[in-house]
Amino acid sequence: MIELPPPAWLLLVGALLVPVLPASLRRWYVILLPALAFFYIARLPEGLSWQVQFFGHDLTLLRVDKLSRIFGYIFTLNAFAAMVYAFYVKESGQHLAALFYIGSALGAVFAGDLVSFYFYWEVMAVASTFLILARRTEKALASGMRYVLVHLAGGLCLLAGIVLHIHTTGSVTFDPMVERTLAAWLMLAGVLVNAAAPPFSAWLSDAYPEATVTGGVILSAYTTKTAVYTLLRGFPGWEILIVIGCLMTLYGIIYALLENDMRRILAYSIINQVGFMVTGAGIGTAVALNGAAAHAFAHIIYKALLWMSAGAVLYRTGKSKCTDLGGLYKTMPWTLLFGTIGALAISSFPGTSGFTTKTLIIEGAVHQHLVWAWLVLEIASAGVFLHAGIKFPYFVFFAKDQGLRPAEAPRSMLLAMGFLAFICIFLGVYPQPLHAILPYQMEPYQAYTVGHVTTQLQLLMFSALVFFLFLPLLKRTDTIALDTDWFYRRGGSLFYRGADRLLNGLNAAVDRLVVQGLARGLARFAENGPAHLLWLAAGPFWPTGGEAETALVRQKFYRRMAVGALSVGSMAALATLFVAFFYLY
Amino acid sequence: MNSSEKQSFLERPGAIRILWILLWAVCGLTLVPELFIERHPHFSFDGFFGFAAVLGFVACALLILIAKGLGFFLKRKVDYYD
Repeated sequence: MIELPPPAWLLLVGALLVPVLPASLRRWYVILLPALAFFYIARLPEGLSWQVQFFGHDLTLLRVDKLSRIFGYIFTLNAFAAMVYAFYVKESGQHLAALFYIGSALGAVFAGDLVSFYFYWEVMAVASTFLILARRTEKALASGMRYVLVHLAGGLCLLAGIVLHIHTTGSVTFDPMVERTLAAWLMLAGVLVNAAAPPFSAWLSDAYPEATVTGGVILSAYTTKTAVYTLLRGFPGWEILIVIGCLMTLYGIIYALLENDMRRILAYSIINQVGFMVTGAGIGTAVALNGAAAHAFAHIIYKALLWMSAGAVLYRTGKSKCTDLGGLYKTMPWTLLFGTIGALAISSFPGTSGFTTKTLIIEGAVHQHLVWAWLVLEIASAGVFLHAGIKFPYFVFFAKDQGLRPAEAPRSMLLAMGFLAFICIFLGVYPQPLHAILPYQMEPYQAYTVGHVTTQLQLLMFSALVFFLFLPLLKRTDTIALDTDWFYRRGGSLFYRGADRLLNGLNAAVDRLVVQGLARGLARFAENGPAHLLWLAAGPFWPTGGEAETALVRQKFYRRMAVGALSVGSMAALATLFVAFFYLY
Repeated sequence: MNSSEKQSFLERPGAIRILWILLWAVCGLTLVPELFIERHPHFSFDGFFGFAAVLGFVACALLILIAKGLGFFLKRKVDYYD
C-alpha cells in the first residue's frame, strides 16, 4: 500500500513553485495550497506511517491522531484566510517564507519522533524570521536578528534535551514525558521559549510588531501554538505549567495596558492568551487539555482577525501608534466591525468562540479545586476585555479624532476578515463541530447555562465600566515599556562597556607594570648591569681623585662598557682582579 | 476636519452622556438574572450576590493601577534603544 505523505510536504514542496509562478497565478496558488492541505488532513487515516531508519533510530515521519489533526485543521484554515488577506502582496519572498513557516509548523505537529520534530522546529524559526526581515526597515532587521538568535538559543536547549533523552532512554518517539528528568526539563525550557513564557517572552513583543502587514497576521498563529501543541503532547499535567501559565496571563495584560503601539498591544495579548493554554496543559485533565486545544483553535482565528484589522489600519495609514490613531470608525467601518468581533471573541463574550473554549480551561481548574489558578484565570479574563477587547478598538477607531481619513481596507482583506469573523460567531453559537474534534474523551460540556452567561456578562461589563471610569489613567503616551529584552539590548551594550572598562583597564595596568616597568628595567639591566657590577667590584680599586672626577670616570666607564670599547688591558686587569677577589675569599 | 462631512452620532452633544447611562444600565441589567437563579459557588468565598461583578470591577481597577505604577519605572522614550 502506498503511504500518504505528511501534509507538511504539500506546503514545503509546493512552496518551491512560488518563485517561478507569474504574480497573477501565484496569488491564487498560495490560497489554494493551504485549502488543499486542509482537506488532505481531513482525509488522512489515523496511525503511524513513514517509519524510516536514520542513523540507527526509527523515525516516524507521520503520526495522525486527534491531537495532531485539530492543530493541522486550524493551521491550514488560518493559512487559507491569511493568504486571502495577503492577496495584495506582490513579492514572492514573503509567500515563500510564509509557506515554509506554516509547512514546518504542520511538520512539527504531525512528527511522530523527536528528531524530525526538532528539524521542523528549527526550519520554523528560520523561515519566520524572513517575515520580519521582509518589512525592510532598519528596526525590522535588528529585531529580526534578535528574534532568530533567541529562537536558535531556545532550539539548542531543546536539542540538548532531546539528545540527552535519546541517550538515556534509547527511544526517539515523541511521547508524554512522565519522568521529571534533566532531559525533559531542558526540552521544556526550549519549548517555553517558543511559548513566550516570561522571562523568555520579549522576543514576541519585540519582533512581531516589526513584521510586515501580512507577516504579523501569519506569525501570530504558528510559533506559540506549536509550542502549546508540544506542551499538550509532551508535558500534560506538569504542575509548574499552571504557575507559568497564570503568570503569563497577568504579565500579558499589564504590558498590553502599558503599550502604545496597537500591534504591540496585540503581541502582548498573545502572551496573555497562550497563558490560558499553558495553564490548561499544566492542569492536565481531559477537560483542561481539551480546553487548551479548543482555545488554541479559537484563539488562532480571533487573534489573526485582530492582527488583520490592525494590519489593515497600518496598511492604509502607515501608522500603528495609538497616539497617532483615532477616529477611524468614520472611514473604516468594516475593519472596525470585524476587529470588534475579534475583540469580543478574545474577551470570551457570550455568543463568540472564546466563550465556548476558554470556559473549558477554567472549568478544568474548578474540577481540580485549584482556587488560585481559577481566581487568576477569572481576573485575567476580565483583564483581557480591558486591554484587547476595549483598549485596542477604542484607541484605534474612536478616542480622539486625529483627522485621518484613510480608505476602507482592500476587498481581499475585508473578505478574509469577514470569513474569520464568521467563524468566531459560528463557533460561539454552535460549538459542536469544534467539540467533536477535541482530542480527549470527556463529558459533553454545556457553556450556555444562565449561570455561566450571567457571571461572564457581569465580569465583562463591570470591566468595561472600570475602563471608562479610569480612562484618564489610561491616557496614551508616546513611550515604550522596558521588557526582558532590555537585558540583551541594553544589557548587551552595558556588558560591552563594562568589559571594555575592565579589560582595557587591566590591559593598561599590565602595560604599566610589565612593558614599561619590568621590561624597561630588564633593558636597563641588560644595558648597564655588567658595568654596574664591575664598578661595584672594581670601583674601590680604581685610582680616582675627588668625587667629581670619580663620577666622570664612572660615566666614561659605563659608556665604554655599553659599546664594548674597553681596552684589552683594562679588561685583563679587571679579570685578574676578579680572580684575585674570588681567590681571596 | 472636513466641514461637509456629516456629523456622526458620537460627535453630537449629549451622545457621550447617553452612552454613559447605557453603560451603567447594562451593568445593572447583568445583575438582574442572578436574582432568579440558584447560585452554584465553586469555592467558599464566591457565593455572595454579584461576585463576578465585584471581581471584574476590583480586578480591572487593580490591574490598571498596577500597570500605572509600573509605568513609572518601565516607560521610556521611543528612541531609548536607538
